[in-house]
Amino acid sequence: MVDWASLWAGYGWPLLVMVGQIMLVLMGVLISIAFLLLADRKIWAAVMLRRGPNVVGPFGLLQSFADFIKFILKEIIIPDAANKGVFLLAPVVTVVLAFIAWAVIPFADGWVISDINVGMLYIFAISSLGVYGIIMAGWASNSKYPFLGALRSAAQMVSYEVSIGFVIVTVLLLAGSLNLSDIVRAQKTVWFFIPLFPMFVIFLILALAETNRPPFDLAEAESELVAGYMTEYSSVPYLLLMLGEYLNIVLMCAMATILFLGGWLPPFNVAPFTWVPEIVWFVLKMLLIFFYFAMVKAFVPRYRYDQLMRLGWKVFLPISLAWVVVTAGVLVTFDLAP
Amino acid sequence: MIIQALAFYLFAAVTSAAAFLVITVRNPVHSVLFLILTFFNAAGLFILLGAEFLAMILVIVYVGAVAVLFLFVVMMLDIDFVELRQGFLNYLPMGGAIGFVLALELVLVLGANSAIAIPAGMATSPTPPMADVTNTEALGRILYTDYVYLFQTAGLVLLVAMIGAIVLTLRTREGVKRQNISQQVARTPALGMELKDVKPGQGL
Repeated sequence: MVDWASLWAGYGWPLLVMVGQIMLVLMGVLISIAFLLLADRKIWAAVMLRRGPNVVGPFGLLQSFADFIKFILKEIIIPDAANKGVFLLAPVVTVVLAFIAWAVIPFADGWVISDINVGMLYIFAISSLGVYGIIMAGWASNSKYPFLGALRSAAQMVSYEVSIGFVIVTVLLLAGSLNLSDIVRAQKTVWFFIPLFPMFVIFLILALAETNRPPFDLAEAESELVAGYMTEYSSVPYLLLMLGEYLNIVLMCAMATILFLGGWLPPFNVAPFTWVPEIVWFVLKMLLIFFYFAMVKAFVPRYRYDQLMRLGWKVFLPISLAWVVVTAGVLVTFDLAP
Repeated sequence: MIIQALAFYLFAAVTSAAAFLVITVRNPVHSVLFLILTFFNAAGLFILLGAEFLAMILVIVYVGAVAVLFLFVVMMLDIDFVELRQGFLNYLPMGGAIGFVLALELVLVLGANSAIAIPAGMATSPTPPMADVTNTEALGRILYTDYVYLFQTAGLVLLVAMIGAIVLTLRTREGVKRQNISQQVARTPALGMELKDVKPGQGL
């Protein structure tokens, strides 16, 4: 005899709640991506003294939805020489990996799908897997430019991940926890971008490199590699690759917010600031970081490949490594470690 | 409990199947992709054991770094599969012997583990109970207290290996133009150009 009531209370209801939460985050992130994409293009256009997309809807607000319909109505073209399974798997892997990272992001105090103890490591692990979508896409296309893009991207990601790891370690030393909510709570007195300002700057630059944004967009450098690893893609697979890329960018914005800008915390813990809901602060900070992403794309020229490698290994790695030692030393000397 | 059991059988089955496919599929890139799937499911098994830190480190180190480099190398290789298959019988005795020894060791370890009664002092784990400290903290306490010398030695071994790899591949070729950024920045107009007064009809 099965006890349906306890089965429902034990498994059914929690499952339903979990699915609901996942859907909420998924929808929220997807809709904000649609408008962030537009914001990206608008900012880019404004820097170049253009109008940007302004035809579909008021001020072009519905441009992303028009693009979406265009993408899904197009024919999916798979090149003859391509490795079909991997070719179609690559966009799926990109998007799935970009989405699952959102499971541990705390949007406000307690507003998190899965509040795990190793949240920071989880994010780091997932973001280090992002390169697989690119490598698989580049290899499976069986074509010159995608392959070159994939090779560049693999080398770039592996090089920049080392430094980003050290930057995260400095934050963890101050917070004393790998749980993202605890990291935010540790910033109650002072946001970490003040004591760790050099690391904040380095993190912002490394975030560009991790997400293949200009000036580090060598994997899809349009002036040399057509569209890099995305050259052979069309229609929905292309849409998925593009979506994965933007999801990663927004995730990096969320990471910068959580690690350095105090997550959902208001700038001052006094009356008018505390009236604003926590989620609003979180989104505002994310938008600030996204604005930086968009501006950098507009006015920085692309790095040459050897300069990129030099910057990663000879500049950022020593600085971040030294800063880990300094931070740990200061914390131990003055007995400040949490 | 039944969910955990189902998850275990799922992860275990996929791990074994993917591991088998790693050595049987013909395309080396597919082989590496199946290896990644194996790592992933092994990480899932770690999570079921409550070893969340190890699971994440497994994904970061093996999937995020080691397998990327594997894939990087394998993608660029032009492997002739027919040639690869030809040597199969030559390597079979040696490979079989090594495989047999490994399998035997696994059986011995498992057998010994279940046969020997573990002394009471050893059975109590050196870490505090899971409810008190997180996984990460427990590992950190052990690594930096009881095993600090071994841990540092392992670090030194890795450092030597890293320096060795750099020394082996470092070579300076003559006649190659290299960018020296400090030199470029330090360049002044006086160093970079020379003003000449050209007389009409004479040239330089």
